[in-house]
Amino acid sequence: MAAGAVARGYDRHLVGLADAGHEGPAPKRIVTGFGFWIFLLSDIVMFSCFFAAYAVLLGQTAGGPTGAELFNLRSVAVETACLLLSSFVCGMASIAADVSSHFWFQIAMAVTCVLGLAFLAIEFREFADLVARGAGPSRSAFLSAFFTLVGCHGLHVSAGILWLLTMMAQVFAKGFRADIRRRFLCFALFWHALDIIWVAVFSVVYLLGSAA
Amino acid sequence: MSDLHDISHRPDLAPGDVEGSVTIRVLGYLTGLGLAILLTATSFFVAGTDLVWLPSIPVAIIVLAIAQMGVHLVFFLHITTGPDNTNNVMALAFGLLIVFLVIGGSLWIMANLNQNMMPMDELMQMQR
Repeated sequence: MAAGAVARGYDRHLVGLADAGHEGPAPKRIVTGFGFWIFLLSDIVMFSCFFAAYAVLLGQTAGGPTGAELFNLRSVAVETACLLLSSFVCGMASIAADVSSHFWFQIAMAVTCVLGLAFLAIEFREFADLVARGAGPSRSAFLSAFFTLVGCHGLHVSAGILWLLTMMAQVFAKGFRADIRRRFLCFALFWHALDIIWVAVFSVVYLLGSAA
Repeated sequence: MSDLHDISHRPDLAPGDVEGSVTIRVLGYLTGLGLAILLTATSFFVAGTDLVWLPSIPVAIIVLAIAQMGVHLVFFLHITTGPDNTNNVMALAFGLLIVFLVIGGSLWIMANLNQNMMPMDELMQMQR
C-alpha cells in the first residue's frame, strides 16, 4: 500500500516533469522583459567603468577647481527629487497600463515627462555654468571624467524621454495591444534603472566629490 | 508531490511585473518612494553636517546609496527572491559581480600604483 503510494507519487512527479518539458518557450512578455533586463545590466556594467574612472581621477585636477568648489548641492537635490518623483509616477503609469486606463496612463506619462525635462534643464544649466567658468571637460582629468559620467546619464535620460513620448503616441494610436504593453514594460524598466544609476551619481560624484 | 507539480507549472515573472490589486501596488510604490526620500535626505544631511565623525561620512554615504538602490530594485523594479524571479536575480547577481570587479579592481590597482610609484610629473622630470 505504502509502496503503491510512493510509486503513484513518483509517477505524478514524472508526469509533471514531462509536462514541463512540453510547455515550450516562456511567454513572449517574459522573454522580452528578461532580455531587456540583461541589456540594462550591461548598461550598468558600462556605467561602472565610468564610475571607476571618476573615482580614480577624482584628485587629478591639474591645478584646476575641485568638486567642492564647483558643485552646487542644492541644485543636485532638486535634480534628485525630480528624477525620484518621475520614477514613482512612471510606476503609476505601469499600473494604469495594466488596468488599461488610457486617461491615467497619459496623465502619468505626461507628469513623468515634465519631471524628466526639469531634470535635464537643471543639468544642462549646470553644465553650461561650469563651461562658462572655465571648468569644461578639457580643463582636467577630473572634469573629463565628471562630464563623461554625468553627461552619459543625461544622454540616457534624453533618450528615455524620446522613448516616453513614443510610448504615449503608440498607446494613443494603437491602444493597449500586447506588443505595446511589452514595449512599455521595457520603457518602465529603463526609466527605473536610470533612477538607480542617478542614486550612484549623486552619492559618488556629488556628495563624495564635494567631500574630497 | 502536488506542491512540486504546482511549482513546476507556475510561470516565471518578467522583471518589473508584479501581482496584486491596484491599491496594493500603489501602496508598494508609495512605500518605495517614502524609503527612497528618507535615504536620500539622510545622505544629503550626512554629507553637509559636522555632527558625525568626519572619516565615517564617505562610508555612510556609500552604505546609504547601496541601501537606496536595494529599495529601488525591490519596490520599483520588483526584483524579489521568489521562485518566479530566479532568472532575474541570477542575471542581477552576475551584473553586480562584474560591477564590483571593475570598480573594486580599478581602485585597488590605482591606489597601489599611487603608493608604490613616483608621481608622474617627477618621473618626467628625471627623464629629461
